Amino acid sequence: MRHIISILIENESGALSRVSGLFSARGYNIESLTVAPTEDASLSRMTIVSIGSDDIIEQITKQLNKLIDIVKVVDLSEAAHIERELMLVKVRATGKDRDEMKRVADIFRGRIIDVTESSYVIELTGNTAKLDAFLDAIDRSLILETVRTGVCGIGRGDRILKV
Amino acid sequence: MQLTGAEIVIRCLQEEKVEHVFGYPGGSVLFIYDEFFKQDQIKHILVRHEQAAVHAADAYSRSSDKIGVCLVTSGPGVTNAVTGIATAYMDSIPMVVITGQVPTAYIGQDAFQEADTVGITRPCVKHNFLVKDVKDLALTIKKAFYLAKTGRPGPVLVDIPKDITAEKCEFHYPKSISMRSYNPVVKGHTGQIKKAVQLLLDAKRPMIYTGGGVILSDAGDKLTKLARQLGFPITQTLMGLGAYPATDRQFLGMLGMHGTYEANMAMQHCDVLLAVGARFDDRVIGNPTHFGAVPRKIIHVDIDPSSISKRVRVDVPIVGNVPDVLDEILKQLEIAEGKPDGKHLAAWWKQIEEWRGINCLKYKMGKDIIMPQFVVEKLYEVTGGEAFVTSDVGQHQMFAAQYYKFDKPRRWINSGGLGTMGFGLPAAMGVRFANPKAQVACITGEASIQMNIQEMSTCKQFRLPVKIINLNNGYLGMVRQWQQMFHGNRYAESYVDALPDFVKLAEAYGHVGLKVEKPADVEPALKEAFGKHKNELVFLDFIINPEANVFPMVAAGKGLSEMILAEEL
Repeated sequence: MRHIISILIENESGALSRVSGLFSARGYNIESLTVAPTEDASLSRMTIVSIGSDDIIEQITKQLNKLIDIVKVVDLSEAAHIERELMLVKVRATGKDRDEMKRVADIFRGRIIDVTESSYVIELTGNTAKLDAFLDAIDRSLILETVRTGVCGIGRGDRILKV
Repeated sequence: MQLTGAEIVIRCLQEEKVEHVFGYPGGSVLFIYDEFFKQDQIKHILVRHEQAAVHAADAYSRSSDKIGVCLVTSGPGVTNAVTGIATAYMDSIPMVVITGQVPTAYIGQDAFQEADTVGITRPCVKHNFLVKDVKDLALTIKKAFYLAKTGRPGPVLVDIPKDITAEKCEFHYPKSISMRSYNPVVKGHTGQIKKAVQLLLDAKRPMIYTGGGVILSDAGDKLTKLARQLGFPITQTLMGLGAYPATDRQFLGMLGMHGTYEANMAMQHCDVLLAVGARFDDRVIGNPTHFGAVPRKIIHVDIDPSSISKRVRVDVPIVGNVPDVLDEILKQLEIAEGKPDGKHLAAWWKQIEEWRGINCLKYKMGKDIIMPQFVVEKLYEVTGGEAFVTSDVGQHQMFAAQYYKFDKPRRWINSGGLGTMGFGLPAAMGVRFANPKAQVACITGEASIQMNIQEMSTCKQFRLPVKIINLNNGYLGMVRQWQQMFHGNRYAESYVDALPDFVKLAEAYGHVGLKVEKPADVEPALKEAFGKHKNELVFLDFIINPEANVFPMVAAGKGLSEMILAEEL
């Protein structure tokens, strides 16, 4: 099953490699990984999407907790949560495709943030499935380039991950 | 007062009451060595290879309540140390490794003797640090000692660039420390402990299985008290030997790949299993599916949550420090209603005694050729079972574990997890420094000993009267055994042609060498080594049966009760 693991980690050099090294050394899978400092500059927040059986996810959270730099680990998928991902897509936009591309972007509540005579850059946020759906909705041959941030997530309501 | 980084390193070690540091100098640690030269509180032990420094520091920790410290230079100093660090990590041995690094400004420039120490060692340390500011140095070393010995212990590495050792700052060593990201659990969960106690009391075929965690947490006395109070059979892993007296009737011997028949059968057929400070490793339970196919309730006590339900699902997990949890179990047992069922327990013991009756460790001994098991048995007799025994890795290691009956913890020193050949001799040095009056024997083979044989020179320099028990069969014995059993007798590269004359080699290093070829000479030679040559290193080269095998054996991937016994071949 797909799990979203949120981590608070000391914002120190090498912290990311401790986490990524753990995943590769133990053969765990990483679908995506995002990391950035929090409002408290001494802490970074990391979101990892991983796919594995319950046993494996249990081991992953235990092994992560064992890393000395990690302050807290939460499996967001255990309860209500929100996930978002940002995608930038550069597409060819000429002739009749130009209007069609704008129309589909609007439907997905995307924004066109760069325009040239022959291309658009479309900014899109949403969960992973929505971004995938957008790519499926447009003509694949028009895609020039895509870049995605990977998932970041947060618990709903009173679920708070803080020190 | 302002101190240099190098002075701070020494002061920190003094504050930690460190008596010995095992190391090897080099460019990046010259300022630190200069400070060693100026003081005499801490003794530096100069080894002949960095790997040996780490093994010695590791065994120093294993054999005492002190903590091993080693110091090596950057680049090759570190890469040579890696095998030792990984060895300590796999067996959860507390240790502090201080490494020199090229000056801060040179890091990343492929400088002379530069290596990414933090990167290279990251997967085989509990934690590591690169010190970037001299002001952080004292606190970092404090953290290193704290991390190494608390929670599940392990090696911690502090990498110090050369310029940091020359810069100055105010020295302040913190008395205590707390880290928001590191809070190991000590006490076990009371509700879980109650459940465990009830299971133990209701058991019909109970079994206790313990590992290195009991040794590391010095919980041998509490374990012994609990096992005796319950009257349950007990077995131990390779890492756990000595926590419960091996000469006691309740002890079934070691379990696992080369465990006794009775221990493995009882482990497989018990209905309630109390696992303490052990991790259900592949060499211990064999095939986990086969092991799990028999219904039994498992109680697992361990300080590391990630060791619980990793290979085998357990019913009652108890995360906590072993002695604290055992104390609580003993307390709960006193107030619990009911006693273990005497009738069922008696029937279970009857079954176990039947298994024990097959005498799985018996071996055939002729007049002409020495059997390795016989040497270990004689060593046990000659040393009165009181020696500290280190070993390398292979058949001799298993014979030592099977035939030397350890009654006390921290006496059996071997590389269990990583299985590092070359561990034995440097480990024996570490043991002797931690226990200056002890008899120390290194049981080894002609292949393993050559992986760190240069340390005979260190032994000479520091007058270490280690007794090297070389079980010389001319083969990489365990490799040959597997090739015989599983690879159609094709002994690919397992015959060691062109061995040195070990007697002459020992003499060349300034020690005593004895070659023993007849069974009748084994005991006299050992007596001579531990008697007449008590204060000297003696290299005893025992020429043994080249085709002796270790039994019982659970083949890789097989179930624990699917043992091959000696007579079956």
